[in-house]
Amino acid sequence: MLTPLHKQLLNDFQRDFPLSPTPYRDIAEAIGVSEADVLSALSDLNANNFISRIGPIIPPNHIGVSTLVAMAVPEAQLQAVADKISAYPEINHNYEREHRFNLWFVAIASDAAHLNAVITAIEQECGYRCLQLPLLDDFFIDLGFKLDMSHA
Amino acid sequence: MVTLDKTDFAIMRATQAGLPLVSQPYQHIAAQLGLDVEQVMARMAVMQSHGIIRRIGAVPNHYKLGYRFNGMTVWNIPDDVIDELGEKVGRLDFVSHCYHRPRHLPEWPYNLFAMVHGKSQQDVDKQIQQIADVLGASNQGSDVLYSTKILKKTGFRSS
Repeated sequence: MLTPLHKQLLNDFQRDFPLSPTPYRDIAEAIGVSEADVLSALSDLNANNFISRIGPIIPPNHIGVSTLVAMAVPEAQLQAVADKISAYPEINHNYEREHRFNLWFVAIASDAAHLNAVITAIEQECGYRCLQLPLLDDFFIDLGFKLDMSHA
Repeated sequence: MVTLDKTDFAIMRATQAGLPLVSQPYQHIAAQLGLDVEQVMARMAVMQSHGIIRRIGAVPNHYKLGYRFNGMTVWNIPDDVIDELGEKVGRLDFVSHCYHRPRHLPEWPYNLFAMVHGKSQQDVDKQIQQIADVLGASNQGSDVLYSTKILKKTGFRSS
């Protein structure tokens, strides 16, 4: 069950989390609760997986070289292929989607040669072609995501 | 664009799983890396001012918060207007990511990607209609791919 404090922490601190020696105390002072309240509410949100983490968010392609990859895999083999792909440390997102291209993952590596080697290795191991869709432009000005908490 | 050194990478790696929920989280990270806390904060501030860190904050789990309908909308937009229209779509408040990616003809004609999140199919349908309205006659075909399963999701890792 989300309390007003949970909701406030979720909505108001997706950006501008303080870069100060005592950020949780600063948040607490800004919203008029104790540091212990803030830490315990954030720990609840974490434990219940309402937030995946609190920390710096890096836009794609700023560190290393990456690409989105789409793969068309027969349904019966999807889980097995997905497991093989997820096992690569260079893969950091892997989603099943409803489409002929039903497996979508992001590969990130330190340089283009390493990325190509990973893609080639995945194609050889899985036996399906990787459709590479690298980022050409990022149009998004990331201000966080406005959550509608009315029914949360 | 600035060049990150080993220390910057070490800081990014140490913070990607999340800042610890302790009174002095940056101090905690600094101690772990054998650095001074002032140095960690200063380097993060520089990375933020250059856009290498886009923001620092809580990363909400949309699905768990009731946003069960997460669609990757994809659109075929003429190359000469994609920058202008991409900016407009990226500004819609329900769009969480908006990217220009290459087409792969004939099997993949779409070059604009926008992620939308809703609590119902109806919400998402409305959002898709709003994007279509923004794109107007430049929309030469579109599709929506819903995620049925998250198979792996981690933050940045350098390998």
